[in-house]
Amino acid sequence: MRFTLKVWRQNGPGDSGRFVEYAAEDISSDSSFLEMLDRVNESLEAEGEEPIVFDHDCREGICGACSMMIDGYAHGPERGTTACQLHMRHFKDGQTITLEPWRVRPFPVVRDLMVDRSAFDRIIESGGYVSVNTGSAPEANLIPIPKDIADDAFDSATCIGCGACAASCPNGSAMLFVSAKVHHLNSLPQGEPESLKRTAEMVMRMDEEGFGNCTNHGECEVACPKEISMRNISRMNRDFVRSSLLARVFGSNGNS
Amino acid sequence: MKLDARIPSGAIAEKWDKHRFEMKLVNPANKRKHSVIVVGTGLAGASAAASLAELGYSVRTFCYQDSARRAHSIAAQGGINAAKNYQNDGDSVYRLFYDTVKGGDYRAREANVYRLAQVSVNIIDQCVAQGVPFAREYGGLLANRSFGGTQVSRTFYARGQTGQQLLLGAYQALARQVSAGKVEHHSRTEMLDVVLIDGRARGVVTRNLVTGEIRTWVADAVLLCTGGYSNVYYLSTNAMGCNVTAAWRAHRRGAGFANPCFTQIHPTCIPVAGEEQSKLTLMSESLRNDGRIWVPKKADEKRRPPEIPEGERDYYLERRYPSFGNLVPRDVASRAAKERCDAGYGVGTTGYGVYLDFKDAIDRMGQNAISERYGNLFQMYEKITGEDPYQTPMRIYPAPHYTMGGLWVDYNLMTTIPGLHALGEANFSDHGANRLGASALMQGLADGYFVIPYTLGHDLATADLPTVSENHEECRRTEEEARQRVERLLSIDGKRTVDDIHRELGRLMWNEVGMSRTREGLKKTIARIPELREEFWKNVTVPGSGEHLNQSLEKAGRLADFLEFAEVMARDALEREESCGGHFREEHQTEEGEAMRDDDNFSHASVWEWKGENQAAELHKETLEFEHCKPTQRSYK
Repeated sequence: MRFTLKVWRQNGPGDSGRFVEYAAEDISSDSSFLEMLDRVNESLEAEGEEPIVFDHDCREGICGACSMMIDGYAHGPERGTTACQLHMRHFKDGQTITLEPWRVRPFPVVRDLMVDRSAFDRIIESGGYVSVNTGSAPEANLIPIPKDIADDAFDSATCIGCGACAASCPNGSAMLFVSAKVHHLNSLPQGEPESLKRTAEMVMRMDEEGFGNCTNHGECEVACPKEISMRNISRMNRDFVRSSLLARVFGSNGNS
Repeated sequence: MKLDARIPSGAIAEKWDKHRFEMKLVNPANKRKHSVIVVGTGLAGASAAASLAELGYSVRTFCYQDSARRAHSIAAQGGINAAKNYQNDGDSVYRLFYDTVKGGDYRAREANVYRLAQVSVNIIDQCVAQGVPFAREYGGLLANRSFGGTQVSRTFYARGQTGQQLLLGAYQALARQVSAGKVEHHSRTEMLDVVLIDGRARGVVTRNLVTGEIRTWVADAVLLCTGGYSNVYYLSTNAMGCNVTAAWRAHRRGAGFANPCFTQIHPTCIPVAGEEQSKLTLMSESLRNDGRIWVPKKADEKRRPPEIPEGERDYYLERRYPSFGNLVPRDVASRAAKERCDAGYGVGTTGYGVYLDFKDAIDRMGQNAISERYGNLFQMYEKITGEDPYQTPMRIYPAPHYTMGGLWVDYNLMTTIPGLHALGEANFSDHGANRLGASALMQGLADGYFVIPYTLGHDLATADLPTVSENHEECRRTEEEARQRVERLLSIDGKRTVDDIHRELGRLMWNEVGMSRTREGLKKTIARIPELREEFWKNVTVPGSGEHLNQSLEKAGRLADFLEFAEVMARDALEREESCGGHFREEHQTEEGEAMRDDDNFSHASVWEWKGENQAAELHKETLEFEHCKPTQRSYK
């Protein structure tokens, strides 16, 4: 197969950036999207040119490193698929494919298709954990958790932190990412004691990072390679309201 | 090089307790004055950094990924072992210890493995308390499944994403300490060297992958939690960035490298499809619980699998190993697949594949039950191959996966360089010549959560630690060497890409130092590697500069180290004139083609000492004593 690639090249956050066209020749339909890019990059390197920079690592859809808009879709047009798991058999021979980085203000471009997603780490640092020191845990089977609750928490916990949700949202909102972690922890008995404080602090941090608000477009859920549900957002809003009310009435949000 | 394993005296069940009491403690008020560097933020690194910070130490962490959460532990699928005996099926600390030593083909250190089994139960408690959503039964209690090489159900799991959930637990614990100001974390930062001052590891040299800045960080101790070296094969189940650099640089500074030839070829991976392939994808071993492995009885079979009647299928694992069947350990399953394919019975376009068939399980339990257990794996398989495994059997073939070898460490996880510790896959200690499924996660977390917090305290409390700064002449010298190396890589300006040379190295290693090895092939490889290394340093091309983000440069630095490491790996395989675990020498097999160990001559860990560039490494031996698990020929029949 052959493709024409229109790729966003940008030397760094200060550079204005531009699209550059490349030809991808002789690509097997069994190769993955990133393997197709590897091939283009290797031919660039062989000519002494700098390859297209993009984040990637595990190449099995779980580390969350890969992150690019493919023809306007985060991770490409296949549902529930990261860019690294997308295969060329889903494209038409001769097709022109446009590649851009995530475009959302809190994710500045590092170079070409690579962005800085440390804002997500800072949101987790603000409360996306259970405060339990090593060694102080009680026996694991002491607290039974109904299977449906555990399964539901697991579904939220499968978020890979890739940022496709924020990149696809017209408002640049990170609500799906934040709510997935909030719901994962708040719904389990282990995370319950800190639930309201966690919610308030993670939401505050998200706002400080410059992510937008949720206005129920639903693009995030469609773009999410792990198909995380928007229901997480409404559950988080409920906890956020509880936390804000408690803060207003008692001057604290209940957990602190 | 002196190898003192520092195994505590006394009965095996009491060694760790006794040792914990005998080790020196650091006064709580003094802990914050001690700085610790942790390189790598996978299960071992993140759990160690978080636990040490909780104790009060001042910790700095580094990872090459853009976030600590993306370390490759994230990709572990199947589960984590623990001797909880929740299933009432005869499990115990002793049985987990025994299974692990036996599974490792009697090439691990008993005392370390026993401690691993002991703390396994605490790991599950800790992870559950962090909110790790393990699979549960309807009654709300934790569920277990079985794994290869054992006859009890002791594996805890979170669908096919156990590594992800455990790593997120450790990453969140780490995030909590970052927020508390106890950990200073640096993403997109790669370690290039370790700094020794007066013989002790006192810092590391790193390169900021975004700005290209090369600098030194000093500390009282350094922990390498940098994973394994399967990418020496180019194609492996490792992430693209996994590399041997940190371990290899430490080796060049005096850390012994143990058993580099012990590599695990995982039996259930998606077969190679073509030249462009950049990595291999694992299909969790847990699939062997319900899937049946077979090949056609007729060589060069052209019919589609459903058209091949039952009587014309060879369920070769069930045939050869009736008591363990499809659940034999990984090394045994991998070799059996290779044997069938080499004999011409393999399936798929390349002939290097076998079927993993779920039809019987689906007929017995229904598609929903299978989807509940393995849904994400089936989906992943379909994405990659375009085939639906609910309808047609998966095709699988062995692939390089995990490396049991690594930096030699004593009972306290310290390498032969004082102050330099190695945790998780980066060390050699617990899995012998073959790792059992679901034991990597257990070991990474055991080292990080429950071993190093004690043993590091002892090291810091007993070491002589004069104040040093980044301006120390050793720091300057090491930093300068790292800088010159980067400049050298950029100045070669040859014709071949890094990947092109890496592919050539990978093919060589896979063919000659892979699933089965011969004296002749190894000798040929040992002669060939220096030529390839020379080719690299003369003819590689690395475009761009060192002053900005340059992925070609990153890859080149890692490959340069693989090209040195590969040689000692091949030499280790040549030196070990026996077959054991993942190391199979064709000269040493039984008439039935099973591995033949030589306990009289090889009951030791082979520890290599660096002697300088283009000098032969020197071999040292740590003799292994087996007081409890008496070496027998492993039989899974």
